[in-house]
Amino acid sequence: MRQLKASLAFIAMLLLGLATACSRDEGFHAKSIAGLMPPLEFSLTSDEGNAASAQDTTGKIRLLFFGYTSCPDICPVTLGRLGAVIQGLPEERREQVRVLFVSVDPQRDSVAKLHAYVDYFGDQVIGLRGPEPALRKLAQRYRTTFGYGAPDETGFYEVSHSSGIYVFDGSGAARLLFRSDDPLAAMQDDLRQLLDEAG
Amino acid sequence: MPISWLLPPHFSPTAQILFWGTLLLYWRGLRAGARPGFGRALSFMLGAVLMYAVAQTRFDYYSQYMFFMHRLQHLGLHHLGPFLLALAQPQAVLAAGLPAAWRARPLPAPLKRAGRWLYLALQNPLVAPLLFVGLIAFWLTPSLHFDAMLNLDLYWLMNWSMALDGLLFWFWAFERGRNGAAPRFGYGVRLLVLVLIAPPQIVIGSRIALSDQELFDVYAVCGRAWPLSPIVDQQIGGLVTWIPAAMMSVLGMLVVLAGLLRHSRNAATRPRYTEIVQ
Repeated sequence: MRQLKASLAFIAMLLLGLATACSRDEGFHAKSIAGLMPPLEFSLTSDEGNAASAQDTTGKIRLLFFGYTSCPDICPVTLGRLGAVIQGLPEERREQVRVLFVSVDPQRDSVAKLHAYVDYFGDQVIGLRGPEPALRKLAQRYRTTFGYGAPDETGFYEVSHSSGIYVFDGSGAARLLFRSDDPLAAMQDDLRQLLDEAG
Repeated sequence: MPISWLLPPHFSPTAQILFWGTLLLYWRGLRAGARPGFGRALSFMLGAVLMYAVAQTRFDYYSQYMFFMHRLQHLGLHHLGPFLLALAQPQAVLAAGLPAAWRARPLPAPLKRAGRWLYLALQNPLVAPLLFVGLIAFWLTPSLHFDAMLNLDLYWLMNWSMALDGLLFWFWAFERGRNGAAPRFGYGVRLLVLVLIAPPQIVIGSRIALSDQELFDVYAVCGRAWPLSPIVDQQIGGLVTWIPAAMMSVLGMLVVLAGLLRHSRNAATRPRYTEIVQ
């Protein structure tokens, strides 16, 4: 009996430790990743061909999303939805939000192609590209990955990539993880709350 | 196979030291004259290499970004690897491999007591099966699984807890005890425990395999290692949790039964205490 008590106590301690390890932000609709993920940091090339880093957009809420311009479904739909969320914010607030669209298909997504693509989704979207090792490093930092399918007869190949949207606050701290199919109203609500925090 | 396949995505010094240290000890033990026999030495090597391969090579990368690969990794860490190591019963060989100075110096009594207390608290017929099945269920809770895949520290905690529990469990199940002395827990109890752990694993695995909903969307959120339909990934992962994992119970029972058979045969040929007295 003593043995049993001791082991139950041990398990309870383990669970308690675990529960406190993943404390979460309260009051958001989306999943909090505060404390789970490292702050925003990258060194890539923008869709205008310039060197780009996280510091360029310090002070703004950043929505990081991995994709590729030949993506048949998830990427255009997600970018469209994020666009709608941002358009729903008051005009002066829109300036405080940026979508960082990282192409994980550097072979097909040239600077020009990426530029044309993100342009279509609005002023708040910045396209980012880089050599595969830099992309791998960034993906690994956010515990995500991407992979290439076999090309079909026309040379088209699929790219598997994250469908999550990583939300960083103005200081660059990781805050929320949007799923691509979260309701628009919920995402907008969360963004408002983050913007209010910044004042 | 390129050499890069041998490189893990996250290098663990602790795992490296444990793996190479154990191999070194075993090798030293063999050189010092321990003769475990070919089968047991092979089982030891296979178990150790398997655990290393799923945790500290490129396999670990795929385990992070494919659900079914993750299930295979845990099959190696929690079932097959520790099973093979326990089957080899390498304790005597490892002890023989320790430097003489270490062997001569016993552990301090409080440390030994604490170790024994902890071991018995975790490995008794009530808690061992609960822990064995409970950890599988715990880490397969969708919300927890999500966090473990997002956070590297939690990921380590998950894999270490599976590996350590696997080792504790199978060594407990296959323990032969000291020469001539009875094992700590009876064969019947251990057989019963091996029977008991199978149905919950079948339930967990089949529920995942047969679900038509995506239960673990962390792999969609984080991206898969290569394009594969989420439902197919989940179905294979469920099957891995269901069939091979539950089959290990049957194999485990065979091992315990073989031990029981050997034990009773030895008991029959050994002169009984009463006979000696007479």
